[in-house]
Amino acid sequence: MLELEHIYKAFAGKQVLTDVSLAIPTGATCALIGSSGSGKTTLLRITLRLIGLDRGAVRLDDRPLADFGHEAWADRIGYVPQDGGLFPHLTGQQNVTLVARLRRWHPQQIAARIAQLQELVALDTAVLQRFPHELSGGQIQRVAIMRAAMMDPAVMLLDEPMAALDPLIRSALQQELKAIFARLGKTVMIVTHDLAEAAFLAERITLLHDGRVLQTGSYPDLLLRPADPFVTSFIKAQRTLPPAADLQ
Amino acid sequence: MRAWLCAAIALGALFCVPVDAADRIVVGSKIFTEGYVLGELAAQSIEASKPGVPVVRKLGMGSTGILFQSLNTGAIDVYADYTGTLAEAILKQPQLRSVAEIRAALLKMGIVISEPLGFDNTYALAVPEEFAQREGLHTISDLARLHSSLRAGFSYEFMDRQDGYPGLTERYRLGLDPAHVNRMEHSLTYQAIDQGAVDVIDVYSTDAKIKKFKLRVLDDNLGYFPTYQAVWVARAGFVSQYPAQWRALRQWQGRINATTMQDLNAQADIDKRSIAQVVAGFRGSTVRSQTLAGQIGRRTLEHLWLVGVSLAFSIFIGIPLGILAVRHRRTGQVILTVSAITQTIPSLALLCFLIPVFGVGTKPALAALCLYSLLPVVLNTFTGIRGIDPRHLENARAFGLTPGQILRRIVLPLASPSLLTGIRTATIVSIGTATLAALVGAGGYGVPIVSGLSLNDVPTILTGAIPAALMAWAAHAAFDLLGRFIIPAGLQRSP
Repeated sequence: MLELEHIYKAFAGKQVLTDVSLAIPTGATCALIGSSGSGKTTLLRITLRLIGLDRGAVRLDDRPLADFGHEAWADRIGYVPQDGGLFPHLTGQQNVTLVARLRRWHPQQIAARIAQLQELVALDTAVLQRFPHELSGGQIQRVAIMRAAMMDPAVMLLDEPMAALDPLIRSALQQELKAIFARLGKTVMIVTHDLAEAAFLAERITLLHDGRVLQTGSYPDLLLRPADPFVTSFIKAQRTLPPAADLQ
Repeated sequence: MRAWLCAAIALGALFCVPVDAADRIVVGSKIFTEGYVLGELAAQSIEASKPGVPVVRKLGMGSTGILFQSLNTGAIDVYADYTGTLAEAILKQPQLRSVAEIRAALLKMGIVISEPLGFDNTYALAVPEEFAQREGLHTISDLARLHSSLRAGFSYEFMDRQDGYPGLTERYRLGLDPAHVNRMEHSLTYQAIDQGAVDVIDVYSTDAKIKKFKLRVLDDNLGYFPTYQAVWVARAGFVSQYPAQWRALRQWQGRINATTMQDLNAQADIDKRSIAQVVAGFRGSTVRSQTLAGQIGRRTLEHLWLVGVSLAFSIFIGIPLGILAVRHRRTGQVILTVSAITQTIPSLALLCFLIPVFGVGTKPALAALCLYSLLPVVLNTFTGIRGIDPRHLENARAFGLTPGQILRRIVLPLASPSLLTGIRTATIVSIGTATLAALVGAGGYGVPIVSGLSLNDVPTILTGAIPAALMAWAAHAAFDLLGRFIIPAGLQRSP
């Protein structure tokens, strides 16, 4: 279980996060949603341990963040950056295995793990030998997911996984992503500004606004029982939403 | 990191070798035919003296300033100069005319001069014989009639010396049009006057080219130019340490008259005989001459050594400096500014500054080349790293890479195209600049270029210029090839 408790963070006197709490049970998928400037990227960076926090706590399976070494924490959180974030000078496979090689995994162990993950995301070996600029958007996302899952992390953290894809691919990959999450059985946190995507992939949605959690709940909860007038206006501002009738 | 440290220490050690190496005599010379001839004469005379002492020739080192500094630091032991030059350029007392006065003044500076060798090589003005006849020119005063239309080609040294052009115009009331007074490299003024581009040039009175180019030397009817009697100029330490060798040099006192000197100059300049052979013929001995291929081979090695060492320096120092400049903004600004300023110092001036520190020979040349090749490497490392998408660096941290792993696995590979460009630029700049190393006696392809330039001998220039151009071209091709191995395949997108 990943827990973020009462987190406060300010940059140069400006409060960015105020009393943010979020808990994702093991195996659950949660979406963190908000418009730009809502503080979701800051929360993501705190979870990745890229920046510190002013007050509050981050815990993984009841162990505080400080208990983990830098590398140990990185290996527990599998991160899929926006647009995949593959290193352009490495092939797909080199991207996937970079950390494992630095941790001096045995080549056989690496090969076995690659085979497992390839099956999971349905990617050909030939595709893995290509460089990022030779891959399609969907292939990049799959390689990035393989890379994030390589060290068998407890939590998968995805930053705007679909943002750069065109709508048709996006819809196909969303289906697939959902299946991958189900097979992986991992705790998943998706950071997105797209409510439709959040509603499709995650069972729980946390809406962040001005550095505060406005509401955490399922999509029907947000739609039918908004905790704040902003929740309703945020939902209305989204262009493609399933009609309310479909949900009842 | 350890490799860098070792390289830095090795380079430091290279520069720290004491300048005054053991038993050997270093002979310098000025950078024109007569300088070479007298330098070679000194070298051969010392070699023939007993007891034998090895002689190192640093001939064609440049102007009086460089030679005198080298003498002061003990980088050279002896060279030939002229009394007028010593009084004007070194002592800054142009009123001193007699050898005895000049000797007394120099002795206070730890410098000893011999008695005059026997000829006076003074400045003079020369015009084409034909032009002189047409205009009825015999004396410098006669020029005053033509001054507004007269076109002059004067050497840099002549233009800047108090006893040169400035004083001359005052004494003779010459009102030359400044637009018609061209400052030129001395050896090129002869070509200029031969092709009719200028009407009057400054010459040395023993210059063989006066005859070759059919020039008339104008009479200094107001007695303006001081006398320039050739003398040996030596460190006092050398004179006391090597009395027999000093005697060997002084045997020439009063024995070389102007006609002899003009003849020796003509053999080198016009007959294109090697300086060593001209001098040996004069001394009545013979020399072994080296084949052209052998010479080029030796100079290639010297040149490669100069370029290689300075390149190693720029890589092992320049890349870390570039990385440092990215990490610490303020330090970075200082590093970039200093290396950019270094780049703007003219190479001859830089060599001159470095002689008091490193003496003459390979060390000042290497130091100058290192400084020049630093900027392209530092700058390209800096811009290469700054150009990396910062998200890659943050992602690498999120994946748990340590700062060292990020540098080796992410930063350097991503910056490698820019780094390689910097190193390539540094190499090509080095190959070109290293030709100037000959001016401080460091050898390389510059030797035939510098001596060919001062002898106005194009084939000799080409024996240095062509191999240098080929080396630059080869370096260019080598870097293209190297790029395929060093730059990660993922970054080598075909256009």
